[in-house]
Amino acid sequence: MNNTQVLHPAHEPDATKHSTGYHPSGDGGSWFAACAVHDVPDNGGVCVKYGEEQIALFKFSRRGEWYASQNLCPHKQQMALSRGMIGSHNSEPKVACPFHKKTFSLKTGECLSGDECSIKTYPVKIENDLVYIGITAGGND
Amino acid sequence: MKLVIIGNGMVGYKFCEKLLTKTEAQKFDITVFGEETRPAYDRVHLSEYFAGKSADDLAMAPTDWYASHNIKLHLGDPVTHIDRENKQVTSHLGITLSYDYLVLATGSSAFVPPIPGVEKEGVFIYRTIEDLELMTAYAKKARKGAVIGGGLLGLEAAKAMIDLGITDTHVIEFAPRLMPRQIDEAGSKILQRKLESLGLKIFTNKNTSSIVGHPHISAMEFTDGSSIAVDMLVISAGIKPRDELARQCGLETGNRGGIVVNNHMQTSDPAIFAIGECALYKGMIYGLVAPGYAMADAAIAKIISLDTPSGDGGFTGYDMSTKLKLIGVDVASFGDPFISGDDCRTVVFEDTVKGIYKRINVSADGKHLLGGILIGDAEAYNMLLQTCKNKVVLPPNPEDVILGSRGGSEADAGAGVAGLPGDALICSCESITKDAICNAVTANGCETVDSIKKCTKAGTGCGGCVPMIKDLVLHTMKAQGKYVRNVLCEHFSYSRQELYDLVKLKQLTSYDEVLDTVGHGDGCEICKPAISSILASLWNDMILKKGNDTAQDSNDRYLANIQKGGTYSVVPRIPGGEITPDKLIVIGEVAKKYHLYTKITGGQRIDLFGAHLSDLPDIWSELIAGGFESGHAYGKALRTVKSCVGSTWCRFGLHDSVSFAIRIEERYRGLRAPHKLKSAVSGCIRECAEAQSKDFGIIATEKGWNLYVCGNGGSKPQHALLLATDLDSETCIQYIDRFLMFYIKTADPLTRTATWLNKMEGGINYLRNVVVNDSLGIAGQLEAEMQLLVDNYKCEWKEVVETPELRKRFNHFVNAPAEKDPTIAFDDMRGQKKAKW
Repeated sequence: MNNTQVLHPAHEPDATKHSTGYHPSGDGGSWFAACAVHDVPDNGGVCVKYGEEQIALFKFSRRGEWYASQNLCPHKQQMALSRGMIGSHNSEPKVACPFHKKTFSLKTGECLSGDECSIKTYPVKIENDLVYIGITAGGND
Repeated sequence: MKLVIIGNGMVGYKFCEKLLTKTEAQKFDITVFGEETRPAYDRVHLSEYFAGKSADDLAMAPTDWYASHNIKLHLGDPVTHIDRENKQVTSHLGITLSYDYLVLATGSSAFVPPIPGVEKEGVFIYRTIEDLELMTAYAKKARKGAVIGGGLLGLEAAKAMIDLGITDTHVIEFAPRLMPRQIDEAGSKILQRKLESLGLKIFTNKNTSSIVGHPHISAMEFTDGSSIAVDMLVISAGIKPRDELARQCGLETGNRGGIVVNNHMQTSDPAIFAIGECALYKGMIYGLVAPGYAMADAAIAKIISLDTPSGDGGFTGYDMSTKLKLIGVDVASFGDPFISGDDCRTVVFEDTVKGIYKRINVSADGKHLLGGILIGDAEAYNMLLQTCKNKVVLPPNPEDVILGSRGGSEADAGAGVAGLPGDALICSCESITKDAICNAVTANGCETVDSIKKCTKAGTGCGGCVPMIKDLVLHTMKAQGKYVRNVLCEHFSYSRQELYDLVKLKQLTSYDEVLDTVGHGDGCEICKPAISSILASLWNDMILKKGNDTAQDSNDRYLANIQKGGTYSVVPRIPGGEITPDKLIVIGEVAKKYHLYTKITGGQRIDLFGAHLSDLPDIWSELIAGGFESGHAYGKALRTVKSCVGSTWCRFGLHDSVSFAIRIEERYRGLRAPHKLKSAVSGCIRECAEAQSKDFGIIATEKGWNLYVCGNGGSKPQHALLLATDLDSETCIQYIDRFLMFYIKTADPLTRTATWLNKMEGGINYLRNVVVNDSLGIAGQLEAEMQLLVDNYKCEWKEVVETPELRKRFNHFVNAPAEKDPTIAFDDMRGQKKAKW
């Protein structure tokens, strides 16, 4: 896996900070240092606490990619997406909720199982073995 | 254009959903008024509310569905006045709106006969979730219940009473028999006997004269002078169309209620439509949901085309064929169930032992099916309904359609699909024909049930037609000359059986290796658990080994069962259901310490619910210290081997069924398979362990053990079939080894043994040849493979408890390991907790 990469980048990388916490990036958004790269299992997810919110973070080792989304599955409002299996559908990366196997695109958040609900996704970047999640300004809804 | 819909029931909702699929929908400004405070919910499955479904589970669509489709929804605000002259409606809360078109979907209410005393406390109707909530609250203090009405709804209500814990329930029917509108007298008798055997007390020919008690009901008196003591009564004697608004504004209504409509569902005012149970079409009220949906279609077509002169078409009445499960008993009627006389011949099959009654009415020339009734076993309903509706020519012996072409198997059903004409209605909820489904396969390239669902909506309603859709897809693909390969998913062009052989041959040991070697792409939630299961069935390595952990299904990944709200349940193995007092104390202590809800399972074990993810390793650690191990309740694996107490205590027992059950359970514990496996051992033919409903079941005989295989409980119960008789213990285990390994190697993913056998060419005879007579010459190999798995068994919980790297994965937050999920909450119920949801 590459040591530094930015997935669907929303902001310029904030160069050197390593500690966990908020990292203002200058234009209203910020990068939040979530955990170390090795804290996340290969091709799996973990749940990240961000204030009162829960973010599902996925290390898609097979594709050399990282993704983040809301942890709440909108189908039956269960805090569970980080425990779901990831995979792809026609090369679109996706996560399947462990409860009823509704699948969502990790890129767009769109439900791929024909439902109308969707999930919020976040940009992720890796720097010096730390995983940063991009939080957009004005809340996360 | 302003469109106002009065009523947000199933049909009112469906009207909106169907309208939105039309391109013209954007022309309309849609407002819905609903009397209830909840958005539309599934009233058909109301009784499941007692069986644990929540109001949310029953919702047709979430509340925000309406807003996101620009539909203004006013709940708890019924329309109280219609001003036809100015085309305006006024609601209870004072909203006045003008309309171009008005749709009345006001439904029906319960018909309450004028019996003195109906107003007393403890007398209920059964119609809405609110009714159910009132009943639930009252039922706590009630012991003897009664239902007035032995029709479809009345029996549903009786089921609700039983679910509420009132096992002493009477059903009072005015007519001489149950369900007089749907089934004939002989069928009613069988149904009645069957329901009585389940504990219901049924009175027919009974006319209630008064309801006694003050202030709440204490007894019912009947016109024949008799009486019964009851403390709770549900009246379910029929429905009454909600036509009061229509009457008030002068629309034409029927003498016995209902808003008169034409075939476009227009009332006597062409700008006002009525659909569903409030509409009276050709003197008939349609009290089922499917015709209501068809009415919604007709009304939409008319409203959209009103500007242009419309053709004919519209609603032309509806087949009232129906199939339902009443208190676990299948009841179905289709076509004309009662027809008799010179124009028809009737075939009746009656089995009073099993409570099965089947009647078919066949045309005088024996060619066509005119109608029929099925009680106790309605498996053939879909096929019979299609045969009847589409005038499919019957086989030379028409009785074959209810008795089966004896010795045959499910293959008949597939052939049946091919014989249907193109306009045969396959999905009656969404009105999808055979042609539409076949067309989706040939023109749109749909090759799975899911893609058919997406493309046509077929199968998205009650789901009853899904097996037929599957058959149709396969049949159409074969007809196109496509080689139908039963491939796992888009990432593997192999069937499970082929993959099993490949993984074994190439000695692959991790999911990624398998994907790299014989698959493509990134994998998905279908192939990951299937391959993981194959790997476990072949090598029996620890499933959470690095690299394989995230390829496990979620429950396997956390070695526990995820439950509502995101907590887990823990089931330690209790082989054969035998447990010492000391071990019971350990379970009790662990449950207390971690604040877990405890319940005895159907498989003679104890389930501990409500565990936080991060507590799991600690809980296991304490259970292991107390002598327990994983029960694999989370895996597609051997669950439990149930047993009766057997010859050690029981005066009838022939052999020691508990000891044998423990031996079997310990031999196959942790065995991963295409689906879960259940077993049981009974010590005599009384069969207290219910071995004949298991994947493999053993029953003691005078001379040894009888081995039954491929039984199933659950949603589609199937009796196990006798594989071999009078076996000694060693041979019995040998046969089970071969049977299980053969199943593991050849079954499709998520296929229980019963379904596996049903699809097997040659059926039980073939299976017996392989397992008992070793017709393939693989018996030795199967036994050796099983022995390898048995030898490699380790308790997965123990490995997690002892491995810090694995334990780490059980924290909820990666960046706050000490914190638990703050969204988890519980309510109290009967001195324990339950998921707050």
